[in-house]
Amino acid sequence: MFVLVVGGGKVGYYLSKELIENGHEVVLMEKDRARADQIADEIGSIVVAHDGCEGKYLGEAGCARADIVAAVTGDDEDNLVICQMAKHHFDVRRTIARVNNPKNEDLFRHLGVDEIISPTRMILGSIEQDIPVHELLHLAALGEGELEIIEAHLQDGSPAVGRPAGDLTMPAGCALFAVIRDGTASPLRSDMTLRVGDKVIAIGPSECEAMLHQQLIGGDPEAATEG
Amino acid sequence: MKIVIVGCGRVGSVLAEAYDAGGHEVVILDVSTRAFDRLSAEFQGSAVRGDGTDEDTLRRSGAEGADAFLALTEGDNRNVMAAQVATEKLGIERVLAKINDPVRAAAYAELGIATVCRTTMLADSVSGFLGLPSSGVPSMIAPSGGHGAHAHPPLSSPAAGPTSAGASAAGEG
Repeated sequence: MFVLVVGGGKVGYYLSKELIENGHEVVLMEKDRARADQIADEIGSIVVAHDGCEGKYLGEAGCARADIVAAVTGDDEDNLVICQMAKHHFDVRRTIARVNNPKNEDLFRHLGVDEIISPTRMILGSIEQDIPVHELLHLAALGEGELEIIEAHLQDGSPAVGRPAGDLTMPAGCALFAVIRDGTASPLRSDMTLRVGDKVIAIGPSECEAMLHQQLIGGDPEAATEG
Repeated sequence: MKIVIVGCGRVGSVLAEAYDAGGHEVVILDVSTRAFDRLSAEFQGSAVRGDGTDEDTLRRSGAEGADAFLALTEGDNRNVMAAQVATEKLGIERVLAKINDPVRAAAYAELGIATVCRTTMLADSVSGFLGLPSSGVPSMIAPSGGHGAHAHPPLSSPAAGPTSAGASAAGEG
């Protein structure tokens, strides 16, 4: 497959390298002469030291026969134009754009870019995915890591709320030992009724996390992680 | 008429002042506040520091509901993108992008974006001065089809004030 990569930053460089290693034909366009020479020294004479946004140079780089054009410069507007030129002027079948501002994804898609890769969105998604897990927070690992101290933040819908701590079924080797209520920590007694907002501190082997989740947070721990 | 101009360079600032003096409501954006030094003290419109390719920035600066949108920065791609945000996201009908690469200008005109190309414009002026034939490529292309701008009726004249040369040139496009 012939892939035209535009933008010789870190992404463009490693992308070209990987594609070559996988046996594809690659041309990389990088407008900065010094950077282009540097890449050519490292991975061979596949570099065109011209601006890939300019129609003339896109044509000279063989855009018209490219199977895929990947626009991976650091500027959204450049990536948009590269893909639109490839698509509409050179009839390239598949265009891929790197998008930095997640708000531009929609616009790019609407304007005909086939695939949109947003590193910002990916990292953001990864961070947001973690938030529900914070209902159960790993505070520390003890010993060789076989024991963990876990904090459970009781919220509305927790099956433990309104029940005395002694009523909860704990897995073997796992104990609830303290509660933080209104900022004050106290030992958890079995007759203490749990409330919304309590932070219950548990200690136990890491395998007991699913059970803790079921008892203190409620619902299916797998579903919560994916949300 | 409300006119949004992206890019306060030589062309942007000249037009902003002319339209402002002509009684139009002008909003001009630039990523650098220093660029606004080009505007005279008489300029009454609003000068907003911000990225004219960013939808939120454009909305915040009051670009919504504009009658005309002119993308005149030094970057062809920024102009192309700003013009497409204006057309697709803000629904502005009369949109013009300055594109100095003739190939790109022609390609975008095919996509329905009105473009003005300084390169062909200058080349043709020089050829005209020498009495030699021009390139034959139009320096301003206002497409009649596509998803973007359509053929427009002439711009409405403001209630008072002279019509600037810039306004009439834009009207011909």
